[in-house]
Amino acid sequence: MVKFFGGENVGNIMDLFVTFLKISTFTVGGGPAMLPLIEQSAVYDKKWITEEEFIDMVALSQSIPGPIAVDTAVYIGYKVAGIGGSISAMLGATLSAFVAILVIAIYFTNLNQNKAVDAVFMGLRPAVVALLAIPVLKMAKSLKINPKTIIIPIVTAILVSFYNINAVYIIIASGLGGLAYGCMRRRSARS
Amino acid sequence: MSLYLKLFLVFMKIGLFSYGGGNAILPLIKQEIVINNLWLKSSEFTDLVAIAQVTPGPIAINAATYIGYKVGGIWGSVISSVALILPTFIIMLLITTMFTKFKENRYVKEAFSGILPATVGLIASAAIMVSFGSFVDYKSILIFACVFIAGYVYKVDIIKLTVVSGFIGFILYR
Repeated sequence: MVKFFGGENVGNIMDLFVTFLKISTFTVGGGPAMLPLIEQSAVYDKKWITEEEFIDMVALSQSIPGPIAVDTAVYIGYKVAGIGGSISAMLGATLSAFVAILVIAIYFTNLNQNKAVDAVFMGLRPAVVALLAIPVLKMAKSLKINPKTIIIPIVTAILVSFYNINAVYIIIASGLGGLAYGCMRRRSARS
Repeated sequence: MSLYLKLFLVFMKIGLFSYGGGNAILPLIKQEIVINNLWLKSSEFTDLVAIAQVTPGPIAINAATYIGYKVGGIWGSVISSVALILPTFIIMLLITTMFTKFKENRYVKEAFSGILPATVGLIASAAIMVSFGSFVDYKSILIFACVFIAGYVYKVDIIKLTVVSGFIGFILYR
């Protein structure tokens, strides 16, 4: 059944909003850069979802259109406190992006020509690369990627980052590939 | 067609057809905003990308808010952001409720056995795309190495790592 607001959920709903607001406020570099923070908060600090669920959720978010941050907020919010939870987590995940850009659009037009801001970002960019590399290794480990299956993430990364292939084609192809492989295995098990 | 309605429809379309998140969404936004609707010039779009990198949160939301404001003021920015989020919210909510039910289904499991490793590749590609232009000298490589070791081996809090590396950048490159 679809869950909605319940008395015992009000605390959770506030907690979801504050947690996602904090995560999105301290993320630069977009939705994917939020994933390590979401993992730390939702899996280890708050224990809202398990490590295995986190990986499933990331795969779902990639299979669904729109910002990854919104997908994950809706998923975790719903798990914790139903529809009310997913709305409050989503608001938390998007509010600071909205407010910060609005302030900049109204007051500053030449932020990217500011030397101090530039210097801060020279330091932040390589850090973001590292913060994105960490979940890649962690996920590969918990998915037990072996020398045979490692070809899938490598080909995916090359196609998307160097040939600008839309991620949806990769998701469809890898899903069909998984189905075909399962089909083959069942057939050979029967004969 | 009223401007607000047009903004709403364009950003709903972007929300419905953008996969992968982050920088992967930008080419589609550029197509709609710069080429199809002439709302921003190409150079303004490049500025927007730079601004979106230095502001918190999802890049697509940053872009929707900025373009919405430039085209239709505060209401424009609200309408664009809501339009971007709405399809994602509805689809994800439906999928979440169904996924819990069909998770153990044999075919869903098999399809996911292919999708999960591909997801690892998609996140890796997010890292690769951010890395373009991020490594300007040996100092930036050093920052990368330190943050990686601190985060992966010593499990240092990510918010702390972000704040400290921004501060180090300020000291080193000022």
